[in-house]
Amino acid sequence: MTNFTYADGIRQAIAEEIERDPSVFVIGEDVGESGGVFGVTKGLWDRFGSNHLWDTPISEEGIVGAAVGAALVGGKPIVEIMFGDFSFLAMDMIVNQAAKTHYMTGGNLSVPMVVRMVTGTAGSTGAQHSQSLEAFFTQVPGLKVVAPSTAEDAKGLLISAIRDPDPVIFFEHKGLYVGRGGPAGDVVKVDPIPMGVGKIVREGSDVTIVSYLKTLEYAQKAADELAVEGISCEIFDPRTLVPFDRAGLRASLEKTGRLLIAHEAPTRGGFGAEIAAFAAEDCFELLRAPIVRVGARNTPIPYAPIMEKYTLPGVARIAEEVRKLVK
Amino acid sequence: MNSSTGSTSTGISVTLEKGLELLERMMLIRRFEERAAQLRAEGLIPGFLHPYIGQEASAVGICDVLSPQDVLTSTHRGHGHMIGRGADPARMYAELFARVGGYNQGKGGSLHMIDTELGFLGANGIVGGGIPIAGGAALQFKRTGSDAVAVSFFGDGASNEGSFHETMNMAALWKLPILFVCENNLYGEFTRQSEHMVLKDVADRAPAYGMPGVVVDGNDVIAVREVTKVAVERARNGDGPTLIETKTYRHRGHFEGDMAKYRPKEEVEEWMKRDPLLTFSTWLSTERDASKADLADVRSRVDTRLEVAIAWAKEQAHPLAEDALNHVYVESFNGEALR
Ligand SMILES: Cc1ncc(C[n+]2csc(CCOP(=O)(O)OP(=O)(O)O)c2C)c(N)n1
Ligand SMILES: [Mg+2]
Repeated sequence: MTNFTYADGIRQAIAEEIERDPSVFVIGEDVGESGGVFGVTKGLWDRFGSNHLWDTPISEEGIVGAAVGAALVGGKPIVEIMFGDFSFLAMDMIVNQAAKTHYMTGGNLSVPMVVRMVTGTAGSTGAQHSQSLEAFFTQVPGLKVVAPSTAEDAKGLLISAIRDPDPVIFFEHKGLYVGRGGPAGDVVKVDPIPMGVGKIVREGSDVTIVSYLKTLEYAQKAADELAVEGISCEIFDPRTLVPFDRAGLRASLEKTGRLLIAHEAPTRGGFGAEIAAFAAEDCFELLRAPIVRVGARNTPIPYAPIMEKYTLPGVARIAEEVRKLVK
Repeated sequence: MNSSTGSTSTGISVTLEKGLELLERMMLIRRFEERAAQLRAEGLIPGFLHPYIGQEASAVGICDVLSPQDVLTSTHRGHGHMIGRGADPARMYAELFARVGGYNQGKGGSLHMIDTELGFLGANGIVGGGIPIAGGAALQFKRTGSDAVAVSFFGDGASNEGSFHETMNMAALWKLPILFVCENNLYGEFTRQSEHMVLKDVADRAPAYGMPGVVVDGNDVIAVREVTKVAVERARNGDGPTLIETKTYRHRGHFEGDMAKYRPKEEVEEWMKRDPLLTFSTWLSTERDASKADLADVRSRVDTRLEVAIAWAKEQAHPLAEDALNHVYVESFNGEALR
């Protein structure tokens, strides 16, 4: 069996792209010799040196700004934001600068930059280290937003993101990293995965569950449980949120006629609302029941495990909502 | 206004009794952290821990000078600041255990612990996050003519955040009653100071904003206390802020579980010789005739207090899952948190 983790996928994409195009480089806090807090860039400093693994002071706005500037003059930076929560310190550079540069300059300049962000909750990391922020970025015209759920997708999508001429926000769920700091896994060849192409990860006929990142695993487990009860779930992983595979969503709803969206971000204003709107706009005549969203409750993430679990959309809540939906 | 070096301790104002009090406070921090690490290994603490061990003289020397009306902001490495200010270890352990009896009712954990009665406005999960907030408290004191002072603890690494520079400028401009306390433990996470800034002394940044910057041996509790007195007086008199840089070292990794392999062995050994508890105990013996029994008593008082605290914390109830829905707003609107 191949040993190929989510972190391996990301690390290999970075390595292969640096080899292919030396203008690609990584920049961020402790990404160099120490290999990053989550060990994602481990070993790359030995291979490529500090000119391709650029360690920085703790200065998020400066870091992202440096990436934007380098990108304007020929660099292909990959920024690592250790916890996505810290991206707020760099919001000006992401939102006011990078996202709008191509547009404001009438197409004269572009910012080929990837911002990798560790996202989500992974066990009592508390309110400032646990957030799922994708909807903040999907709301900004000019940014592409990627959210891979598997090792293969992480690799294939990161390759595409690095080659993309526009700024890409690349979410990595910390709960999908396995064996932090462990030995590097096998090298698996993965072709670039185009943006805007979703994937059916499970075929079914009663309901379509749209989910991504860590929540996709919960959806799969819920679907296993429901199968025993005779409920057949189809699961659709959009993989990229901007652009979004609206045709793929419609194709699935043609089979099921029912839609449940599950993500870890708070329900209110979450990207699930946008997916629900796509379905209502494109597939109204296919829908046999109201659309259901399962997200985190609208609270900051609490520290205590029992409260944390309650706020998040786990297997049980997804299964329960599907049962109600198909009744 | 060049940065200057604080006088090494003469200890003139410290009697045996006062010295033992300072030692006890430092020991309380040390043993609190050591026990917390054990309790985490036993599975009682679910979240992050960033131990303050090695830096105790900094928190205790600063906090000893403050008055009850003063306020503090802290960092991810906040237990020492909180205990230095006089917080209750029992409620701190209860928070680490995520219990209702904890300082934040189990909602915050180590990274967000507060004690409002002590003017402790919180640890912080965001590096540099506490600095502007202390600046804001100082602004409010200035606006209302209060003689309270705000203190912001932060690390060498945090002094590279924009929040530090923006607040330093405003505080000097408006002559705010604030102490910027940079605890320079030579590392920001796994990165040495020499790899994250050119200057050797963070205090050298102060003159650029028009305020004094003082370097002090952060492992010498008396020296820290002396420079703090000057800075607090300056702030209370309306003469404005001071940046104090306490040179110190964390004995352990960045967080519990970090093996800290990025630090040279000789460096660690050198700093272990300068352990603030060790050197201060020696000073108390030689300069203040502290007896072995005096020192042993400090240790046993601390240990007894902490074991009682831990036992109490273990007894505290876990929150209910639904408690997650409280406190989103001061006045909740119906069901808003649920969907
Ligand atoms: C805005 C932000 N960036 C990065 C981090 C991750 N982080 C936590 S502590 C730390 C190092 C802080 O170093 P320093 O300020 O010197 O404090 P020390 O840990 O040495 O006490 C980093 C990078 C964070 N919590 N917040
Ligand atoms: Mg430090």
